[in-house]
Amino acid sequence: MTITGIAAIGAGLAAIGAGLGIGKIGGSAMEAMARQPEMHGKIQSSALILAAFVEAVALFGVVVAFLQG
Amino acid sequence: MTLNTFKSTIFSVLFLATTFVGFASENSDPTEDKEFNAKEMILHHVKDAHEFHLWDWKGKPVSLSLPVILWTDNGLTTFSSSAFHHDDSGKVIVEKNGGKFVKLHEKIYQLDANAQEVAFDAEHHPTNASMPTDISITRNVFMMWVSVILLLVVFLSTAKVYKKSNDKVPTGIAGFIEPLIVFVRDEIARPMIGEHKYKKYMPYLLTIFFFIWINNIFGLIPILNGANLSGNIAFTFTLAIFTFIITTISGNKNYWKHIFWMPGVPVPMKIFLMPIEIIGMFVKPISLMIRLFANITAGHVIILALMSLIFVFKSVAIAPVSVAFSLFITVIEIIVTAIQAYIFTILSALYFGMATEEEHH
Repeated sequence: MTITGIAAIGAGLAAIGAGLGIGKIGGSAMEAMARQPEMHGKIQSSALILAAFVEAVALFGVVVAFLQG
Repeated sequence: MTLNTFKSTIFSVLFLATTFVGFASENSDPTEDKEFNAKEMILHHVKDAHEFHLWDWKGKPVSLSLPVILWTDNGLTTFSSSAFHHDDSGKVIVEKNGGKFVKLHEKIYQLDANAQEVAFDAEHHPTNASMPTDISITRNVFMMWVSVILLLVVFLSTAKVYKKSNDKVPTGIAGFIEPLIVFVRDEIARPMIGEHKYKKYMPYLLTIFFFIWINNIFGLIPILNGANLSGNIAFTFTLAIFTFIITTISGNKNYWKHIFWMPGVPVPMKIFLMPIEIIGMFVKPISLMIRLFANITAGHVIILALMSLIFVFKSVAIAPVSVAFSLFITVIEIIVTAIQAYIFTILSALYFGMATEEEHH
């Protein structure tokens, strides 16, 4: 397998991690919003920030894959 | 109308409907049929360039040339990038001001004094040429100036509206801008920094919010050929450095105490936490930098990769699928432009808030 192939697998693994993380955040945020609709705005903005943190880690993986691929 | 022209008409209409117009062929010779290389094409579009390549017309590229400004041993050297005749492989040599210049992968090289043409080593790096200091007005620099002018026009005219009519309902452009400014103040600055101190940081937060947003949007405009400014790591690096400097300068006693001598934990833990907190100080701006850069670049790469599918499979049948998907991704990217500007701003505000937080008693 070439280094490009391995880089692609790495990017895929990073995407799985980010998918799990953001899915969990999104699911919990939806649940919280359903329980307390009056907190909708606050929950949404903190969910977005948390998603950005999770995504950043995945994007580090993507950048490494870019550099290698 | 023959089937072929019909096909190509449909194809061009579909093609224009999506983001990136005009595939840059590196070679202006129409007789030479090069194998399509998706990776090369995508990188060409994501990278900075010395010209606006608009489209190809009858095998010849139509483009706007931008000035090349170099600082060489013989002083300032300027010429138009059209002197290279769209060559990007180092074949066309421009002689100016006692130096010989070639363009290779959108970088300008100066040939050594006695060299006649570029020689390459095994990894395709030039061996007899060096890079002069390049302060050219490239595609990214040009778009940055355009966005600065646009922001100045919009915000100066907004300010004028408020100067004229104090306390009245804003009219014109101010009616559109006011909710955005109020959003940055009430959703970003106030909750993150705190009621008493947020005013000092508002100018910076508003500047980065609108600057990042408008440059993200410029990156998606088709005719500009994706001037990928916010997908350029130098651009995001500079913005992250600004956030880092402001955070460090406005850090109060409490902030530094939390970094060097974490209160409320036992002494061995304090010693253990100190290097982690110091690393964390630098990781925050680095993650800001990478997040914006990678998000925008990844968006461009996905759209271009979907478009390349047509050329990879060499079939018009794949076009509807690929166009539909890239349209879908483009719509998502429009949302992402705003979300990334929001996230950069809110995280900057969060770091300012952490730096200025008072001690709890």
